Amino acid sequence: MKDDVTREDRIGALGGMGCERKRVEDARFTQGQGNYLDDVKLPGMLFGDFVRSPYAHARIKSINTDAAMAIDGVIAVLTAEDLAPLNLHWMPTLAGDKQMVLADGKVLFQGQEVAFVVAEDRYIAADAVELVEVDYEEMPVITDPYEALTSDVVLREDLDPKADGAHGPRDHHNHIFKWEVGDETATNQVMDDAEVVAEETMYYHRTHPCPLETCGSVASMDKVNGKLTLWGTFQAPHVVRTVASLLSGIEEHNIRVIAPDIGGGFGNKVGVYPGYVCSIVASIVTGKPVKWVEDRMENLMSTAFARDYWMKGKISATKDGKITGLHCHVTADHGAFDACADPSKYPAGFMNICTGSYDIPTAYLGVDGVYTNKAPGGVSYRCSFRVTEAVYFIERMIEVLAIELDMDPAELRMKNFISKEQFPYQAPLGWEYDSGDYHTAWEKALETVDYKGLRAEQAQRIEDFKAGKTRKLMGIGLTFFTEIVGAGPVKNCDILGMGMFDSCEIRIHPTGSAIARLGTISQGQGHATTFAQILATEIGLPSDSITIEEGDTDTAPYGLGTYGSRSTPVAGAATALAGRKIRAKAQMIAAYLLEVHDDDVEFDVDRFVVKGAPEKFKTMKEIAYAAYNQAIPGVEPGLEAVSYYDPPNMTYPFGAYVCVMDIDVDTGVPEIRRFYALDDCGTRINPMIIEGQVHGGLTEALAVALGQEIAYDKLGNVKTGTLMDFFLPTAWEVPNYETDYTVTPSPHHPIGAKGVGESPHVGGVPCFSNAVHDAFKAFGLRQSHMPHDHWRIWKTANDLGLHD
Amino acid sequence: MIPAAFEYYRPKDMEGVLAILEEHGDDARVMAGGHSLIPMMKLRMAEVPHLIDLQDVEGLSGITVADTIRIGAMTTQNALINDAALEAAAPILKEAALQIADPQVRYMGTLGGNVANGDPGNDMPGLMQCLDATFHLVGPEGERDVSARDFYEAAYMTDREDEEVLTAVSFPAPQGGFAYEKQKRKIGDYATAAAAVQIVKDGGTCTGAQIAMTNLSDTPIYSEEASEALVGTSVDDAAIKAAIDAMLGDIDPTEDNRGPIAFKKHVAGVILRRAIERAWSRA
Repeated sequence: MKDDVTREDRIGALGGMGCERKRVEDARFTQGQGNYLDDVKLPGMLFGDFVRSPYAHARIKSINTDAAMAIDGVIAVLTAEDLAPLNLHWMPTLAGDKQMVLADGKVLFQGQEVAFVVAEDRYIAADAVELVEVDYEEMPVITDPYEALTSDVVLREDLDPKADGAHGPRDHHNHIFKWEVGDETATNQVMDDAEVVAEETMYYHRTHPCPLETCGSVASMDKVNGKLTLWGTFQAPHVVRTVASLLSGIEEHNIRVIAPDIGGGFGNKVGVYPGYVCSIVASIVTGKPVKWVEDRMENLMSTAFARDYWMKGKISATKDGKITGLHCHVTADHGAFDACADPSKYPAGFMNICTGSYDIPTAYLGVDGVYTNKAPGGVSYRCSFRVTEAVYFIERMIEVLAIELDMDPAELRMKNFISKEQFPYQAPLGWEYDSGDYHTAWEKALETVDYKGLRAEQAQRIEDFKAGKTRKLMGIGLTFFTEIVGAGPVKNCDILGMGMFDSCEIRIHPTGSAIARLGTISQGQGHATTFAQILATEIGLPSDSITIEEGDTDTAPYGLGTYGSRSTPVAGAATALAGRKIRAKAQMIAAYLLEVHDDDVEFDVDRFVVKGAPEKFKTMKEIAYAAYNQAIPGVEPGLEAVSYYDPPNMTYPFGAYVCVMDIDVDTGVPEIRRFYALDDCGTRINPMIIEGQVHGGLTEALAVALGQEIAYDKLGNVKTGTLMDFFLPTAWEVPNYETDYTVTPSPHHPIGAKGVGESPHVGGVPCFSNAVHDAFKAFGLRQSHMPHDHWRIWKTANDLGLHD
Repeated sequence: MIPAAFEYYRPKDMEGVLAILEEHGDDARVMAGGHSLIPMMKLRMAEVPHLIDLQDVEGLSGITVADTIRIGAMTTQNALINDAALEAAAPILKEAALQIADPQVRYMGTLGGNVANGDPGNDMPGLMQCLDATFHLVGPEGERDVSARDFYEAAYMTDREDEEVLTAVSFPAPQGGFAYEKQKRKIGDYATAAAAVQIVKDGGTCTGAQIAMTNLSDTPIYSEEASEALVGTSVDDAAIKAAIDAMLGDIDPTEDNRGPIAFKKHVAGVILRRAIERAWSRA
């Protein structure tokens, strides 16, 4: 038979790794056919709604539910008193602390859950919430973590002030932990001996991931068969199942957790919230399904803030700009309960990646976690655990050092990069960077944007400004970042004791199509598209013939979920390895069918061929059929595989970003003229999806850098509780991004991929911020805290005397 | 974000509207596009047991352009933007409407709702003061007219009685150059500061000026003194400074998430300067 089809054609027909396959999810999502949590509607379903505290710190003297219960259609009003007999009025947090499910005697932040109304109708529930009478006695409010550490006011009266916390000794009743990495004595010595030392303090403000879909759950307890089904906005459904089992006492096989389509997570949906627990309890009590969905204001005010780090840094160098040491201290505001979502052994996440992309021989990091009267959380908003904070810190410190040295910040970076030959690189604060080629990426970036030309233009602009010819300044923001993603090796990474492996299970159907299920859960990342591409290349069946399914704990293998850019590094690896198991069995089947020895066939795109005789082959489609209809001696029928992958190391994506910004000095309005983003995420599975991820991450970076914050007044009132004041950029505010790449595959990942969803956020925030700083550098600005909204930029200009 | 229960009415004519208003007094509110009132109801900051939807009432929308321009209260922002005759006669309306919210909101949001609600953040009240518009109201006692410059008393407090409905606005076709300049944090936001300016130029001299500011007090501010500071001048730097100084004496901004008072006053001056310069260049 004459075969006109070339090898390239066959590769193309697979739609495998490296091609710009269109997202298979989008046909549903763009036609309103998604199935989000609030789309779950069950017969007889009840609705829950919270009574929330208007105060940031208050004693609860009494709760009267009579008027609420009197409304027709109100089934129950739960308070801590009702949950206490079940021991569910408090719940453990991911960070080893505990958190009130419903206010137990006092409230510790505005918006805290006080009572849970259950009603037959969503509107009745809201009416009843208005009628629950809570008698509060206001208490002194602390919103400043430094004040908290010296105040006599005890926020957490439930804790023994002298007892250790989950991460060791506590210095004060409002102190949560001290976490130290590196050698402080040696670092101080380096600072003392250094030719140049730059110091700076920066506040990385509190913000919020604000996904399009808010958090919610539907719990359905079937009292006849004893099974609990829980739908919810979960970034880690299996962990939720385990936690729900441990909390409720229901055996894990009797709990089915389903994460349907999720409208964005960005870390907001990693934690366990009181609403989930209350919907479960209410369903157990009533025997009916109970839905709880928070509204936008509840989402912003009560679930999962991000950042809120006060970072003090010292960086030392030789006179000619070789960095010798880095000292970092963080005062971390964790709010009322320590509900940070980090691997258990890392109370400040991977903040110890704060030496960045630079070869810094000696370093120290100390972090003090502090309670305040703010909402709990501390999630990694579109980044791996606290990596955005770490990268912001080092990239600001580099800029400050450049000022101190009177050196170009691009050159200072180039001079201190870890060189290609140093990988794998042992960083001073514990991590082993797997791979990188920073110099090449940086050179490419600077050349593409014509960095020298930009600096010349900027110098002219400064002259023109001083001469009164323009009122706009020009800033050039630089950032070189290294992410640490793909948590993580089971030996040091766990969530509530669960090792952070991930998994993939594949079943090949007789006709040559397949279904693969993973322990992760897409929230917009496009897993159904990209994981099928990995498999297509690995097993030689077209990606269009492979269904990817996630989020149902009854069917998917156990996994730790999707956050921290871990899906491709961990579950993606499991997928490739499961595919290779399929291929190994397929090889035996092919050899049998071709009547040769197993070693005499080899895999070629979509088939096994007899070595040296490529005209003799069996396609994977033929092999799949044979697996189900032929008795093959020594080979079990069927074709399926499962792989659980424990990564040997994290992956370390990196990137070089440049932002060019014009700032109207008189109004404080910044205008982004250009944004160039070079990302190296190792092997690129789908360039189109990567580009989309970069656009999204940069947009959220722009948001955070230029205005997005959760602000409190001194009484602990949330000032930014609606999208009027909480900055969520639209297409109008967003510039046209230029994307670029280099490829440095991860040496330990089966396909060399590193993860990309969060890199642009991690690198973008300091890049936007550095651009603002850079615009005012010639006029003496060294540090101004984010967010750089109009009035803060205006104030910077005003403080520098630029309005005189 | 769930409103309390309310009765919904959708009368076909103004008699029907007025009858419901008379029956329920301040327990009833009329709704045009709903973009201010519905969020307030969902937040339970406004309790409206009887909600009267005006969309089926005859004769409340439409634009008539002559020496006097008349715009029905139910005319949407989108209609203002896309009316060629209006653009030719009073282009400042399109320039301002394009800076209100986003296209989806502008399909629903109306001129009448924008001016009648009394929200100091709304853009059209200041613009209407700049244009010296007249608001046409109808109530149980019949029709009456109120000048836009006399209509606003405080935030959400206007000269309109509870039983009255704003049916239309009218204003003399504006003369000369125009500008609506607005600084905001993002699309959809209220102004940090906004200025509506109309200037008439004769030779090199300003013979008439009208200046109004938005979201810098608890009502829109028509600054007569600022307007007069330009008249008779060549709108040079000194005249613009005088106008800005006069305007700053009339506004009374408060601190909010957009920034502190000093910032708002500074930006108000910058925005007014830009509006005057643009209007003058078009005059």
